[in-house]
Amino acid sequence: MADLLFLTELLGLKVYDLKGRKIGALKDAALVPLVDAARVDRYLVGGGWAWLSVRHDQIRTISLDGIYLRDEQLTPYHSDEYVLRLVRDLLDQQIIDAQGRKVVRVTDITFDVIHREEHDELRVLEVDIGLRAIYRRLLRGVVPPRWIRRTQSRISPHSIGWEYCNILEPDPQRRLRLNISNRLLEEMHPADLADIVEELGPDDREAIFETIDSEVAADTLSEVDPGIQASILESLETEKAADILEEMEAHDAADVLNELEEETSEEILEEMQPEEKTEVEELLEFDEDSAGGMMSRDYVALPRAVTVGEALTDLHSREELPETLNTLFLVDPAGRLTGAVALAKLFLSSATMPVEALAMEPLICVPEDESKDRITELFDKYNLLTLPVVDEEERLSGVITADEIITALRQK
Amino acid sequence: MSKRLRNQLVIFMAVLGPGLITANVDNDSGGILTYSQAGAKYGYLPLWTLIPITLLLIVTQEMCSRMGAVTGKGLSDLVREEFGLRTTFFMMFALVVANFTNIVAEFAGIASSLELFHISRYFSVPICAVAVWLLVVRGSYRSVEKVFLAACVIYVTYIISGILVKPDWKEAAIYSVKPILIFDSGYIFMLIGMVGTSISPWMQFYLQSAVVEKGITAKEYAQSRLEVILGCIVTDVVAFFIIVACAGAIWAHGPKDIENAADAAVALKPFGNYASLLFSAGLFNASFFAACILPLSTVYTVCEGLGFESGVDKRFDEAPIFYWLYTLLIAVGGAVILWPDFPLVKMILFSQVINGVLLPFVLIYMILLINKKGLMKEWTNSRFYNLISWSSVVIIIGLTLALVAISIKDVLPG
Repeated sequence: MADLLFLTELLGLKVYDLKGRKIGALKDAALVPLVDAARVDRYLVGGGWAWLSVRHDQIRTISLDGIYLRDEQLTPYHSDEYVLRLVRDLLDQQIIDAQGRKVVRVTDITFDVIHREEHDELRVLEVDIGLRAIYRRLLRGVVPPRWIRRTQSRISPHSIGWEYCNILEPDPQRRLRLNISNRLLEEMHPADLADIVEELGPDDREAIFETIDSEVAADTLSEVDPGIQASILESLETEKAADILEEMEAHDAADVLNELEEETSEEILEEMQPEEKTEVEELLEFDEDSAGGMMSRDYVALPRAVTVGEALTDLHSREELPETLNTLFLVDPAGRLTGAVALAKLFLSSATMPVEALAMEPLICVPEDESKDRITELFDKYNLLTLPVVDEEERLSGVITADEIITALRQK
Repeated sequence: MSKRLRNQLVIFMAVLGPGLITANVDNDSGGILTYSQAGAKYGYLPLWTLIPITLLLIVTQEMCSRMGAVTGKGLSDLVREEFGLRTTFFMMFALVVANFTNIVAEFAGIASSLELFHISRYFSVPICAVAVWLLVVRGSYRSVEKVFLAACVIYVTYIISGILVKPDWKEAAIYSVKPILIFDSGYIFMLIGMVGTSISPWMQFYLQSAVVEKGITAKEYAQSRLEVILGCIVTDVVAFFIIVACAGAIWAHGPKDIENAADAAVALKPFGNYASLLFSAGLFNASFFAACILPLSTVYTVCEGLGFESGVDKRFDEAPIFYWLYTLLIAVGGAVILWPDFPLVKMILFSQVINGVLLPFVLIYMILLINKKGLMKEWTNSRFYNLISWSSVVIIIGLTLALVAISIKDVLPG
């Protein structure tokens, strides 16, 4: 039967040697995550002038009555870079709750006490946040622990399973030694991760972007508040910043670069792959609040004469399609925009029908220098999902999608 | 060169907000009352204190904004991380009590200023309380900040009413730089009160959070510091005109004790309706403005420090403690004013005691935090700056403890 113990109770427990003599009180406990992610590996005991370090296998029993050892070969504690000290490194610090998708502060830690034949072991079970843990912390040492346990049940608990906790550690060396991965963060929705990043301090933000996969970083960065985007990119190594921008949609990347100082933005551009670099640079030429600055180059254009069947085959043969694809564009041999077709219509028509016959009437498009306000108006008036943008020679140059409009409206 | 200047200006505009707003809220109804009393009773004599007060204000505010910009964390966050939960809890508890009494004082300011416009407090206080609640809960930080910045402009009313009163500018100029110390308990109490009302615990928390919320980083810190300094100066310029107005309107015709800031507005009547109206409008603006900021700042600070969900972008069920505490502070704060025979003066004295007890802890923790290398990196205080900040803190603590002693004497019966 599992037995629970809280860090608030563990601290200050008296430690007794084989003959039952008290050698000190518990000051801190530490994990060695490289060996085991949850087992308490060292118990730091303060007695005389120095702290002693007790290994997990030197312990016989742990309970509210104290810690009894089964081995007396103790070593003095010396700071070790591979240990995560629960009081020093975790208590009162911020961590990320990957399941609840938010930043929380550690108020207490719950251990599972595992009774083995020879010795007891503590495993970190949950990190406690919320009122119940605050209650325990405040009363700790003031009233007996058993009394706290009895009375706390009136307050609803609030804990996060240890497996969902993502510890924040800005120092990359130490992160490796403590085996801290950001796997949990990479599995999150980028928009949720973006919210989390916004809540953190600059060092932690930098640490996250340095370590997570460039693609996740790109998706996340696109969702972060523009002011913060700039400070994150500036804090990263130019190379990493370029990697992330390459993964972003060109127009998002251009928006971010616009927020940076010219010098920094050019340094980053220099590091980017030629193809992505040109695409972004072209978009950088436009005013942010014009059609050119809002549009994406990610669209599907087909020759105006194709049939429905040919169009579908063409789509099937492509490696990748824009995620939000809902409209196909038709262009003449010179690249001039001649029509727009709702994707859904293709599925309801016979394969031999010319696609042009399905085109929307009238064809609505805007020049590259059209203002943001006018574009928003058009989206509203014609209930658009996408709006094509054309250059001076009426060639299709990009598309603006509805999500861009929503972002623009929210920013006002 | 001009391009560089323009760039600097753009960044300055971008960081504009936290310092100016904090400093202006500092001239809330309590502040206006203190300055009015000073002017009404002692005329131009207390003006000299404004320059040292400005300097003390700058020293403390600068440290908070620097910590905010460098660490990206609020002051209560840092206290929690470095000094633990129990310290934070008691600090937050004292802060809630102190700020609550301040909120009551703001509603009192709203009630008495609007009564000069013949609006009953049973009408004005509930409406303003609801308005305060909605403004923040319904708005985003950015839009709210714009409203607040606009409110800062309304403080000009004090400058205009100060000019309308036609005070003795020569005397005002002389006493602004000539320290006068009279060993009269009333005078000393007033001087201490002026410092006490200028530097209070809540503003350190608010400013640092506002800097963080605004996303100001160490890189923009130079401009941000300028903004903080500007804010401190503007505050004390406004204070100068309040003292001068009351000195010219009341003291010049016979020194007098006034009970509340509305009395001062009434006393300005002989100098034309405008002087009086502007003074009362200013009082309303200041009280309402502070009534918006204080509850919000309190809940943010408490929730951050104790680790509860917070933020106006959260829904009620996501951040229940945040919203409940916020609502309670406003509702009870407003209700107290409508309570017949509520011992308001005693409560304000009590709030000064709590503020005074809390302030030394806040300031000492601030200096300890700002000197932590792990936290501030190359942005820690220099040795010289430490000397200045420690001596400022010692002066402030000394004065506040004196204020506490006097207040306790007044609160105790007999």
